[in-house]
Amino acid sequence: MRYNRWALYGLLCLAAIMIMAPVFIMISTSLKSMDEIRNGSIFTLPADPSFAAWSKAWFGDCTQTLGEKCGGLSSSFMTSVQIVIPALFLSVGLGAVTGYSLAVWKMKGANVMFAALLVGMFIPPQVTLYPLIIMIRELGIFGSIPGLILVHVIWGVAFTTMMFRNFFKTVPQDLLKAARIDGAGFWRLFWHVMLPLSLPILGVAMILQFTYIWNDFLLGLTFGGRSGQPMTVALNNLVGSQFGEKEYNVDMAATMLTALPTLAVYLLSGRLFVRGIAAGAVKG
Amino acid sequence: MAEPAPDVLQHSEDRKFTLKSGKKRWRPQWSAGMALIPAMTITIVCFYGFIIWTFVISLTRSRLLPVYKFTGFEQYIRLFANERWWTAMQNLAIHGFLFIGGCVVFGYFLAILIDRGVKAEGMFRTLFMLPLSMSFIVTGVIWQWVMNPGLGLQEAVRALGWTGFEFNWIVRPDRSIYTLAIAGIWQQVGLCMALFLAGLRNIDPNIWKASRVDGIPVWRVYLHIITPMMRTVFFTVFILMSAIVMKAFDLVVALTGGGPGFSSDLPARFVVDHILNRQELGLGAAGAFVLLCTVIAVISPYIYFELKKERGGRGH
Repeated sequence: MRYNRWALYGLLCLAAIMIMAPVFIMISTSLKSMDEIRNGSIFTLPADPSFAAWSKAWFGDCTQTLGEKCGGLSSSFMTSVQIVIPALFLSVGLGAVTGYSLAVWKMKGANVMFAALLVGMFIPPQVTLYPLIIMIRELGIFGSIPGLILVHVIWGVAFTTMMFRNFFKTVPQDLLKAARIDGAGFWRLFWHVMLPLSLPILGVAMILQFTYIWNDFLLGLTFGGRSGQPMTVALNNLVGSQFGEKEYNVDMAATMLTALPTLAVYLLSGRLFVRGIAAGAVKG
Repeated sequence: MAEPAPDVLQHSEDRKFTLKSGKKRWRPQWSAGMALIPAMTITIVCFYGFIIWTFVISLTRSRLLPVYKFTGFEQYIRLFANERWWTAMQNLAIHGFLFIGGCVVFGYFLAILIDRGVKAEGMFRTLFMLPLSMSFIVTGVIWQWVMNPGLGLQEAVRALGWTGFEFNWIVRPDRSIYTLAIAGIWQQVGLCMALFLAGLRNIDPNIWKASRVDGIPVWRVYLHIITPMMRTVFFTVFILMSAIVMKAFDLVVALTGGGPGFSSDLPARFVVDHILNRQELGLGAAGAFVLLCTVIAVISPYIYFELKKERGGRGH
């Protein structure tokens, strides 16, 4: 029995090491100089840790490039922030209202609509990509931040609606009846009763939507154009298009910078993330 | 998914509420209907309408821009004669098999280990699920560096003394597809673990007591009793992982770029490439539609069971 316990912890630690190894390699590479990378192994710790590669990844290298842009990720970080925040609030807000309306106000066809929305979550974005491009172009917001926000709201609404609808279905009906008898209408019931009740699910939806929107690549690539490039797209360009010798330390620093916001949200949110991720896994 | 509650208010009761004043009043139901308009528009126009639009484009000669000169199923004939498409489909099968299989096996194994009642369970769970918070682009870039034959894992192992060690799959056309599965499993195994763990926690503890009384070894309880009881969880995991595989685009772009050549191309990348870069709109739309049909074939049993469960749960 004792040996079994040792084997159990041994296996768990082995798995943890294997999962953490790439993250460790990413961080340690980003702190090395290129000479050290060339002469050492990926497993060794940086002899003289330096944030030079981080600063180059963030600010770019202004001595090499022409024009006003230095190629750093800082500008696309700001783009990502400008996309994520409005898209997050709009998609979660719309999902909350839609889920509430579908779950509480029994209307004809509510279940049909919910089923249609649920199926929509599985549709690969590639299938509707071109018509969406035409729509966004016709609206005159192609290649801009508002365009990307709208696209993220469209793609996020199925997931957020599902989260809220399933939660609101569990609210005891006596509570709703009482509120109705007190004269609460649609919006008052939503603001004063349902939304305060749904705070945990609101947290889950916010965390997950933040992660999805921040991590999105396809929509950013398609709809971002030059001015609306989110961080994932900029990272992919940075890694893919270096001239001359590849600077792996800068690549890894840039990767770490791109991963940091969602990593931080994950580590700070703990269980809320776990609760939502299973429900949202179907979303691309 | 949460157990649905019975109907909140009956329609007849609603009418009483609103008509009590005798005058025509703004009924809350109308607000509820109005509130559905944005989501309904998105569903009808941007989901289903756009699918039909893509299908229509796939029946035309469109190249750079959509032109509505119909050519029947010519684009599909071209698609099925396209070697790159078949490479991508074959890769989807290989990648799907390895990725889903790997996630299920490792995820279930990790869940069992954690379910044995370990200290610091929360820490292990957090670590195993950490890659999930990162994007596929980040995952791809990290693994591209780790598997880089010049300075990555291959060199590191050789430096340790095993000079004949070879791990250059990422630059080998016959092996590059396997690197996708490695990076994909690394990222998604935590999700499978979480789903399996939730399933294991739902198992009746009396089963463990009974098996202890009978003296059945632990591994046999898992293999012969618990695993068959977990069928629905296996089914869910399979569906979720299939949905991820079929949409896989970012990972292949960041990890191998579909290369060397098109050796690690996937259908989702084929479609995006033809629509955005190659001015082959019609062909890309045909590919997208075939991809959609594949998704429907895999997920429709899942949707069917989900909706059936809902209907059963409401109890009328």
